[in-house]
Amino acid sequence: MIDGAEIGARLRERDLTAAPAALNLLESTTAADREQAAALLREVSPAALGQEVPGHIVGVTGPPGAGKSTLLSALLHTWREQDRTVAMLAVDPSSRRSGGSLLGDRARIDFDPADRGVFIRSTAAGERLGGLAWGTRAAAQALAAAFDVVVIETVGVGQAETDIADVADTVAVIVQPGSGDALQFLKSGIMEIPDVLVVTKADLGQPAISARRDLSAALRSLGSRTTPVVAVSSLPPPSGVDELVVALDEHRANLNLPERRLQARRAGALNDFVNDHGERGLRALGGRTAARTWLTEQYPDLDEAALVRLLEGKMGG
Amino acid sequence: MSAAEHSPRLPERDAPWMMRTYAGHSTAAASNELYRRNLAKGQTGLSVAFDLPTQTGYDPDDELARGEVGKVGVPIAHRGDMAALMEGIPLGEMNTSMTINATAAWLLALYIVAAEQQGVPQEQLQGTTQNDIIKEFLARGTYAFPPAPSMRLIADTISYTVEHVPKWNPINICSYHLQEAGATPVQEIAYAMSNAIAVLDAARERLGPKADDLMGEVFGRISFFVNAGVRFIEEHAKLRAMAILWEELGRERYGVQDERRLRFRYGVQVNSLGLTEAQPENNVQRIVLETLAVTLGRQARARAIQLPAWNEALGLPRPWDQQWSLRIQQVMAYETDMLEYPDIFAGSKVMDGLVQELLTGAREEMAVVQEHGGAVEAVPYMKAALVDSHRERLRRIESGEQVVVGQNRFAETEPSPLTDDAEGGILVVDPAVEAQQIEAVRRWRAERDRSEVDSALAELARVARSEDPRENLMLPTIAAARAGATTGEWAQTLRDVFGSYRAPTGVGEAAGAPAGDGGLAELREEVAHLQERLGRRPKILVGKPGLDGHSNGAEQIAVRARDAGMDVVYEGIRLTPTQIAASALQEGVHVIGLSILSGSHRELIPAVIEALREAGVQAPVVVGGIIPEQDVAPLKQAGVAAVYTPKDFDITRIVRDIVELVGERSGVGAPA
Repeated sequence: MIDGAEIGARLRERDLTAAPAALNLLESTTAADREQAAALLREVSPAALGQEVPGHIVGVTGPPGAGKSTLLSALLHTWREQDRTVAMLAVDPSSRRSGGSLLGDRARIDFDPADRGVFIRSTAAGERLGGLAWGTRAAAQALAAAFDVVVIETVGVGQAETDIADVADTVAVIVQPGSGDALQFLKSGIMEIPDVLVVTKADLGQPAISARRDLSAALRSLGSRTTPVVAVSSLPPPSGVDELVVALDEHRANLNLPERRLQARRAGALNDFVNDHGERGLRALGGRTAARTWLTEQYPDLDEAALVRLLEGKMGG
Repeated sequence: MSAAEHSPRLPERDAPWMMRTYAGHSTAAASNELYRRNLAKGQTGLSVAFDLPTQTGYDPDDELARGEVGKVGVPIAHRGDMAALMEGIPLGEMNTSMTINATAAWLLALYIVAAEQQGVPQEQLQGTTQNDIIKEFLARGTYAFPPAPSMRLIADTISYTVEHVPKWNPINICSYHLQEAGATPVQEIAYAMSNAIAVLDAARERLGPKADDLMGEVFGRISFFVNAGVRFIEEHAKLRAMAILWEELGRERYGVQDERRLRFRYGVQVNSLGLTEAQPENNVQRIVLETLAVTLGRQARARAIQLPAWNEALGLPRPWDQQWSLRIQQVMAYETDMLEYPDIFAGSKVMDGLVQELLTGAREEMAVVQEHGGAVEAVPYMKAALVDSHRERLRRIESGEQVVVGQNRFAETEPSPLTDDAEGGILVVDPAVEAQQIEAVRRWRAERDRSEVDSALAELARVARSEDPRENLMLPTIAAARAGATTGEWAQTLRDVFGSYRAPTGVGEAAGAPAGDGGLAELREEVAHLQERLGRRPKILVGKPGLDGHSNGAEQIAVRARDAGMDVVYEGIRLTPTQIAASALQEGVHVIGLSILSGSHRELIPAVIEALREAGVQAPVVVGGIIPEQDVAPLKQAGVAAVYTPKDFDITRIVRDIVELVGERSGVGAPA
């Protein structure tokens, strides 16, 4: 039997070697494991810590081929140079009739396998809605107790990354020059305004400059004057990665973290509730908006599992 | 009209093609001895097999070279090794083919310097460097640098040899490895031709203003290295189709007029993919029939032939096994009458029809590659298409639709007297070779003039960084060879400038197997039950330790495991034991599948198991590849749960075994 509380305590003590066991538990669906997972999460909850978990949870999302893996390799390198530990949760969107998936992201990210300060885990989103895999949200929260940076990587622009915005402190959307998707999604309101926009392949020159200019203009017309747009090139000589790290840090520094995390827990609880009980469960709560409002009236230091139980109680009652 | 004009015979019997044996192992001295013996047996050219560290640009003492030194070929670390390899072989008269790609410029430079030492000027050298990087990204895996600088290296060797080593074939465009990776004849033709276009375009750009004068010369120096499978009629048609497309390409795209330069020239190694481990003596018939595909019709006959040995699916062939293959060529050329006639398929409706069919298919597929932006840009597309074709080929064999005698039909057999010796009928490289080579390269480094090497490598780095198209990498490469630099130093200098690279794996894009296919549906249910008991979807790590780039087997296992419903972490090729252990731990996999075909399993598998133990990973390890029977027990003793070899052709069955193994080992096995 895996002892969830013990693993949680190790994470709280910033023991990075607890990460693999924590993930094995948090991804599991057996009743016994879920009980231990809840115990693990209690150990790293704000109530136990007396504060929010300290790690910076960064969501990175973008379409296939935008250069995410190369960018993540460069980010990883820079963070490690700054002596920050990094956990990366790579969520693969593949979903097959067989249910199986091929998780190839790990092979595309360049890092030193002997470096104990890096942890990478790949998961398949499967048929879950919202872009994240089962357990990824809980994993991000647990790992942020031990690692300085926790990256959640997903594929997509616009529609699918609702979950990532709920769980991450800072969301970076990656676009490649000339694709135009991000611009269209921004203008049409399909995509919420990200915290940081990254234009890759800056080595292409003019197309990258134009893309950056168009995105900045679109952001201004939507009333966002502060969202940074960073152009990066991962080809030698690399450029823009240091600026991106600064932009991510600045966003986090200016964030009301307790407020963002509280919202994340409430959104996450509702999301889990809907995954388990469907639209019918939601109707029993009087609809999504009513459920959200009701959640804002609950105690702020409740963890997600407690919030889900409250919602279930309300549905039943 | 004279009688001669009515004669169906040629006025004079044709000269035979060039006969070679792909050979080399252990050390330069041992390989030199083997070459001299082969030449004495009537072989007419050399075909050098290099070991994987040499092919990928590492010295014998590099961490990645572990277990691979002297295994699938000869280790060549510097000009001293090349001189020893060619000792007593007159390089002014020899025709030498080198299977070398990422590091082709370097090995050509060493060959030029070795010739210099023999007093032979480079103008006299004849031979071929394989030098085809696109097929390395697609099929063979021994690349070293990213695509753009790799293409530049190729263009630089072409433009250098055209001017200074005029009898050298600077590149052999390979369709061979595409067929080994599962290509259909249409794919083989289309991807090879698309590859040639990418190379010729790159050379034209590199030549700049000189292109107008030299393009005809360049076109005439490009040769092909093809494959021939056992369906030998269609395979012959394939070669006729390639000749037609090649001439068309020369005239239309590159404005070549000279008939001589428009001729499609190719060398061949016949198919190894179809050779079986079961009843391996049957491979002799297969090799003979495949050779007919490239010799029977005079209009598309091979210039040079090397044949695999009957026991390649078992392990490395011994000199006697290779002699048998050489004798097959000699019987065909000297005993039969095939060289006495003009083209025997001229006017055949069947042959012309087949050629037309292949041409139509190939042109369509070439257009798709061009739509992707040419062969370099289309690597991910082509790779996925090959993985798909190979999956389909395996499905046909598993279902019995495609008959493989002795394997999926007529499998009953008497014990084979050919494989009952102590080593199981194969060559085993002395494990002491690696330590000797490590010692030798360290001595070489200590004894040379370090400052000369440093300045030669600094100049190499400068030219590599230069964007001036007139700066040719061959010049500093030859200078570094003369100064005594090593293979690892040359490659590392370029890696530092160009960066390193991982090719796409093709497995992510591969189509799923059709439902209800060979017991897959039942297997999915088993996986689903196992998932319920485990609490997580069964997760497998698939990867290849060492430098061996033959990833077909690993890819097919990965795709099938996914189709069975597993989560598959596919890590691809060239992994160190540390990397595999870190991935297994972090990913929380239930089982680890490793594939090795280069014969380095004796060293590498125990090293991986040791690394897993150190990391605290308890997941079981299964191994697949060319593993001789007598190595199975020691591997199991080292902690391997199961070993699969080419005779285990039913992949769904292998995956079912793996699923059961996960159930047993995690204590949640199926109830009895």
